[in-house]
Order: sequence, then C-alpha cells, then structure tokens
Amino acid sequence: MAVYQHDVVVVGAGLAGMRAALAAQKSGADVAMVTKVHPVRSHSNAAQGGINAALTSRGDTWDDHAYATVKGSDYLGDQDAIEIMCQEAGSALIEMEHMGVIFSRDDDGRLGTRRFGGQEVARTFFVADITGQAMLHVLHEQILGNRCRVYEEWYVTSLVVEDGECRGVVALELMTGQLHLIKAKAVILCTGGTGRVFEPSTNGLVVTADGQALAYRIGVPLMDMEMVQYHPTTLRGSGVLITEAARGEGAYLLNSEGDRFMEKYAPNMMELASRDVVSRAEQTEINEGRAVDSCVFLDLRHLGKELIETKLSYINEVAMDFANVNLAEEPIPIRPGNHYEMGGIKTDVDGRCSVPGLYAAGECACVSVHGSNRLGANSLLDTIVFGRRAGESAAKYAKEASDKPVPESAIAADRDMIKAFLDREPSDDTPAKLRLAMGQIMNEHVAVFRNEEGMQTALNAIIELKERYTRLPVKDKGQVFNTNLLFALELGCMLDSAEAICYSALARKESRGAHFRTDMPDRDDENWLKHTLVYQTSEGPRIDYSPVTITQWEPQVRSY
Amino acid sequence: MQVTLAVKRFDPESGTNEQYDQEYTLEVEEYFTVLDALLAVRDYEDPTLALRCSCRASICGSCAMRVNGHAKLVCKTKLINVIDEQGRVRVEPLGNMPVVKDLIVDMKPFWDKVRAVEPWLQPEGPEPEDEYIAPNDAMIHLTGVMGCIMCGACVSDCTVLEVDPNFLGPAALAKAYRFVGDPRDDADESRLKSLSAYGGIWDCTRCMECVQACPKGVAPMDRIMALRDKAISIGLDNTIGARHTDVFTDSVKHSGRLNEFWLIPRTLGMFNPLSLPYLLRAVPVAWRALRHRRLPPILHKPIPGVQNVRRIFERVENRK
Repeated sequence: MAVYQHDVVVVGAGLAGMRAALAAQKSGADVAMVTKVHPVRSHSNAAQGGINAALTSRGDTWDDHAYATVKGSDYLGDQDAIEIMCQEAGSALIEMEHMGVIFSRDDDGRLGTRRFGGQEVARTFFVADITGQAMLHVLHEQILGNRCRVYEEWYVTSLVVEDGECRGVVALELMTGQLHLIKAKAVILCTGGTGRVFEPSTNGLVVTADGQALAYRIGVPLMDMEMVQYHPTTLRGSGVLITEAARGEGAYLLNSEGDRFMEKYAPNMMELASRDVVSRAEQTEINEGRAVDSCVFLDLRHLGKELIETKLSYINEVAMDFANVNLAEEPIPIRPGNHYEMGGIKTDVDGRCSVPGLYAAGECACVSVHGSNRLGANSLLDTIVFGRRAGESAAKYAKEASDKPVPESAIAADRDMIKAFLDREPSDDTPAKLRLAMGQIMNEHVAVFRNEEGMQTALNAIIELKERYTRLPVKDKGQVFNTNLLFALELGCMLDSAEAICYSALARKESRGAHFRTDMPDRDDENWLKHTLVYQTSEGPRIDYSPVTITQWEPQVRSY
Repeated sequence: MQVTLAVKRFDPESGTNEQYDQEYTLEVEEYFTVLDALLAVRDYEDPTLALRCSCRASICGSCAMRVNGHAKLVCKTKLINVIDEQGRVRVEPLGNMPVVKDLIVDMKPFWDKVRAVEPWLQPEGPEPEDEYIAPNDAMIHLTGVMGCIMCGACVSDCTVLEVDPNFLGPAALAKAYRFVGDPRDDADESRLKSLSAYGGIWDCTRCMECVQACPKGVAPMDRIMALRDKAISIGLDNTIGARHTDVFTDSVKHSGRLNEFWLIPRTLGMFNPLSLPYLLRAVPVAWRALRHRRLPPILHKPIPGVQNVRRIFERVENRK
C-alpha cells in the first residue's frame, strides 16, 4: 500500500472539481484530484444549454437574476447564497472566457445570449448546445497547463475521519485494484448528482451519488434531498436530454391534440416557465390522455433548419441518433425525466461542511442556491462560483492546519468491505438487477407527482434492497479494472442516497417546487419554509430541520 | 431480434497475455445500440466483461471501440446497422493503444500527445476587463473542432500511427488547430513551428481514416491540412513536408505529371548536408528499382497538352 499526501484533495473532476482544484492551486496549496473517470468523461459534459450571468456592463442587474432564482426555488433557496452566486456570476463567466471557452458571440463580437426558463431576460451565455462540454474541456486544458496532479480512474471508497476532522480519503486504483490512503488537510467533494438512483435518468452511468453517500456515512447531514428535478424534455426509454435551449430559442410544447398546452398552466411564460411547472403540466397532459405513448411533443419546425444546425446542432444529432427524428421536419416526442438533485451535502457559502476539513461543491452540495427547483443554466454557474469558493477556502484551511497523524489502519475497513464482496456465496443478484429495481421504484413513486403511500412504498422497497445488498456477490475476482466491483460499490452509495431522498420526501408535509404531493398540494410557508436535513445514525436515518435565510424577498404566490 | 456479439476479450491476470474471442447470443430490441447490447451482457449475463461507458448520448467519449474492424462510439451505433445476415457483430478494443482488459485500452499515450501540443489558450498582453472581442463566425468555426470529445476513435484507426508511434496523431493535431484558429491565441508561430517538426502535421498521409472514424464530424485530417496551409503562409516552408508540396506542385505544373526521380532528392534538399543520410538511404531503393527496370525516367518529358494543365494552374493561382 502506498501512502500519498497533499494539502487539498478534490474528489471528482467535473466542472466544480476542476474549478476548485485550480482555485486551491492558485491559492498556493499542493492539490490533487481523485476521479473515477478521466476528467473529460465527467457528466458536466452533458450540460447543454448554457450558463446564466447578469453582466452589469451591459445593463443587466444581479438582483434581477437573484430574484428569478429565489422565485424559481419556490423560496426554499438561501437568499444570502443566491446573492453571492448572482453577484459573482459575471466575473466567474468572464474568467472562463479568458481561459478559452468558445462562447457564441453577437454581431459585435461580444458574448451572445439566449433566453432560458423562469427568467424574463436573456442572460444565458452558451456554446451552441454543448456548453458543458466546452467548459469542461477548457478547465481540463488549464489542469494540464498548470500540471495539477490527477489520480485518474481512482474510486474513493471512504473519507478518513480522525478526532472529528476529515484528514484524507481511501481510494481504489482501478487499473491495479490496489487500495491507497491519500492523506489531506482538506478534502473537497465534487462528485455530482444522484441521477442513476432513478431509471430512466438524463444522467450518465457514472452519476451514482458517491459524494453524498461518503459524507452521509460520516454523519454529515444531507439537505433537501427530496428536491429532485424532473426535466421537461427527455427522450422516452433512454431518458436522454433535449436541452431547454430549444424552448429558449422558441420551440413549442404540443399535446396530442396539437395544442400549446402551456397556455393553461403558465399563460405568461408559456414554455419558459420553471422546470417543475412545465414538467407537472406535461405529466398532467399525459395522465389525462392527451399524449402519445406517454409523451407530449417538442416542436422546433418553425425555428428553421439553419438555426437548428448552428445553435442546436448536438440535439439535432441526438434526435436523429436516439429518436430517429429530424427536428426541422417533425416534432419530437418527449416527457419529464429525472435530471438533477437540488439537495445534497449541506455546506455554507464557502463549501464548508459540518466536519472540519471537509468541503463540497457542485451538484453533490447543497448551499442552497436552487432550493426546491433549479433554474436552467444555473447549475453550471453554481459549479464554477462555488467550486472556486470551496477551492479557495479549503486551501486557506489547509495552510493553517498542521500535519496530523492518520493511522494506516484507516484503510482496513475498506479492504474488508471489498474482500467481503469477493468472498460472498454466488447468487442471482447482480449490481445491475438491484439498481434497476431501485431506479424503477424511485421513478414510479418519487417523481413529478408524489403521495404518502407511494413514497412509503418506495422507502420499503429501498430498505429491502439494502438488505439484499448485504448479500450481493461480485462475480469478477480480478484485480485489474474490476468494473463489477466498482458497480457494487457505487450501488451502495446509490442505495444510501435513495434512502435519504425517501426519508426527506416523507418528512416534508407540503408541496413546494419539485416536491409536489397530490395528497398535500399546497405550499405551507407557516410550517415548512425550512430545509430538511437527514443524518445517518446507528438507529437509522434521523430527520432535522434548519431555517431558510431570507434577505430581501419575502415568499409570495408563485405563478408564471 | 437475436444477435451475437463476438467480443475480443483480454484478461491481464490470466498469465497467457493473449486476447481471445467470446460470443454472446442474446435477444434484443430492434432499436438497441451496440452499447445497449454490451450492457445487457455485462449487467445480466457476464459481469466480468469490462468496458468504459457513461453518458449514452455521444458526448462523454468513453465508449469508443472497434465494431467490425472500425472505431465507433458504441452508444450511437445501432445494432441493426452493423450486424451481418446471421445477426453477428464483432466488437474489439480500440487500435493503436495498449489493451488493459477486454474492451478497455490504456489512453495514456493518447493524452501524452494531447498534452504535447500545449492545449491551452496562450494570449499575449494584459487580459481585457470584459470578454475578448472575437468574430462569431470564427467562434462557430472553432465550435466544430471543439466538438471533439477525445474518444480516441481517430487515433485507433490512424494508419500512420500503426507504423510510427511518434506521430502526434489526428486528435492532438485537431486540438492544436483549435488554438491556432482561435483569434484570442497569440502563440500561432511557436505552435506551428513545433507542429512542423517530425511527428507533426507533415507526417499525415491523408488516408482519410480519421475523418471516417470521427463520430462528431470534427474531420481531423481537414484540420491537419489547414495547419499545413497556415504553416506555409507564415513562412514555415523550409520543412520536408512543405518542400514536398512545392516540388510536387512544380512538377505537375511544368510537365503535367509527377517527376518521381527528382521528387525525393528535391524534397530532402539537394544541397542540404543534413539530408545526406536520407539520400544515401534512398540509393539501395533506387538500385533495386533499376534492377527491376522500375526506375522512373531520369529525363522527364512533359505530357502532350501540358499547356492545358498550366492553364488550370494559372486560373487557380489568379483566383487567389
């Protein structure tokens, strides 16, 4: 076993992770990233539409952006955090442009914008419909240029906690099957969302809620986990995403009768209402039978071939490859699909978690800026603003922290866990079977419309799956690239997150944002204008609450 | 429908160090991709099968493999388009990279070459307070190159890399073009200079395999050709590649065909002492050619009607 040591270790190398690593390095820390996939394979790639920022130099105002975000969050977002994000958006965006992101321009050669949902103003900056990929590759270029250390294809199996402080990680090197101890004065979790807890999901197969589970297991609370976003435009079957930018550029949503049904649900904002509103509208149309094969339609025909080919070229490719539809000629069948976890590891505005030395940023974290519903194009912004802040504060913490001992036995529990998988009696269960069962039940009961009975059914199923998980064998006994073992480890994280989502969802006795209960359809500010926290304890999950920070926008009736 | 996946497998811990074929026959839906079928095998039949994949939507670049001998992203390759009459399809790891296990290759050599072209923006002077002003056309053009997802399909099927692992290869060179073509980057000259060296832009043989393999329409070879043009246009014409282009053009312009006898000496530089070893190396080849009466004529005669060829040249040159 080799032992490694760094000031700051970043787990995950998507947008938040790489932005955090660069910031920590710039602050003078010795930084390393540990990532289970090569950085450019991270799921930040799949962000399509763009990134929001109110550029004051062109007359936009950050508080307008902040208000749209607060309203979008159905008032569950912490307004101090939202103010920071919207104030720093401009500088964070320009920084990315200076690093080399090839943002689309207007006729004067300045950054061009498009409209996005939940906002009256066009303040979404973009690179065609591959904005995430464009930003991810540029941050990776900077990682290469700055020679930041990356432990590629290493999977973190646990956080090392000594004397109540986080002092490193244990990681499995996939190429060799060896476990390593990486000591660190500060650890930043940037591991992304919970997508694969659900089936289908727009998320890639690597999005397995690893960071949430790692933090949860050491007693760090997960906040607002019930707030799971269903994106209005995903493909049936695979769940592949069709960007909101299509509607931003003017596409219509039609039901099977050819009506623009959003007139009924959001007469002012129509297709560009908040995502929770649009997804509920679609699901209502589907449930009431104005759909074809459980899908409504996204119609881009009137946008014209040229616009589709230049500004929406990727979804044009996706529509053809995965739905056999030519967007310029026919509407594409779509439906709401699992997309984003608003909740996550509870942090402050500098990424700090409840355990000293532990930080989190990006989708795995909950600052909270998205509250109960995230606005489109705010997630990329979240990653770079809070990635940067977490990187800077972790570096500062590491500078002041002294070297503290970490016993090499920290690795023993992980070694035993892996050995147990490999030694188990053969059975018919595979990680994939358990995951599919979990994903389908979550998608059935903890989706766009929820109720007590359904959520309880899902929770019971998750508890049963967790029990089966304790007997799950790994058939591949090899050391090198044992993806069977990796899947089993990831499944453990997904089940923990599924449990946290169900507990939080059952706890919240109201409807707010993405959490819509048919048995309690109203928002209840008097009792529920608060965050849910879920802790893992030896007696099982424990629910607690924390207040929402309100600075200048008192809750109002939310309509679009 | 029923399909048979013939998968090239490799177990690095078996001690044999040899790849072997394993066939999986399974029932699939007609709309299945090759990845769907591979995952059906891995998830429900044989969990030991190793492959990389993530997004399922041709954006993460993890799942490039050879399908029936050619590199493809298996997530966007429909089974129906690649199976034969018996419903059979061959799946192998990418070429030109060491195999780690089953369908997983070691991409370190790939990334080393990308790193070698210094793939980060290198502007000069102080940064502007706001964004750089840049024409949208240039940005849209670059977006086409930036669309590269680094999947390695082009490198797998590159015929130059097969014989010369020192070649930077299509992916790294396309990445280099992304910076040379960027109006915000000020390192064009040094970039083009190093790209003109051995292993760089002049080592491409224009076989088109990379253009065909690329799942994102990046057309790496076209970018390499554009880099050649840019290199010559800034005066980097004293390289073997640039001279080869000149000699070739001159010959066709003056005689209507290629003067094969003088092509090599003039490309290498007739009075260049550094080229002497290369010239000497050509002597045995020339001798063998002579023995088999295959030596190109030393006296090179123009073809009949050469004036028509010259007229084409004139017209093209005037258009510039």
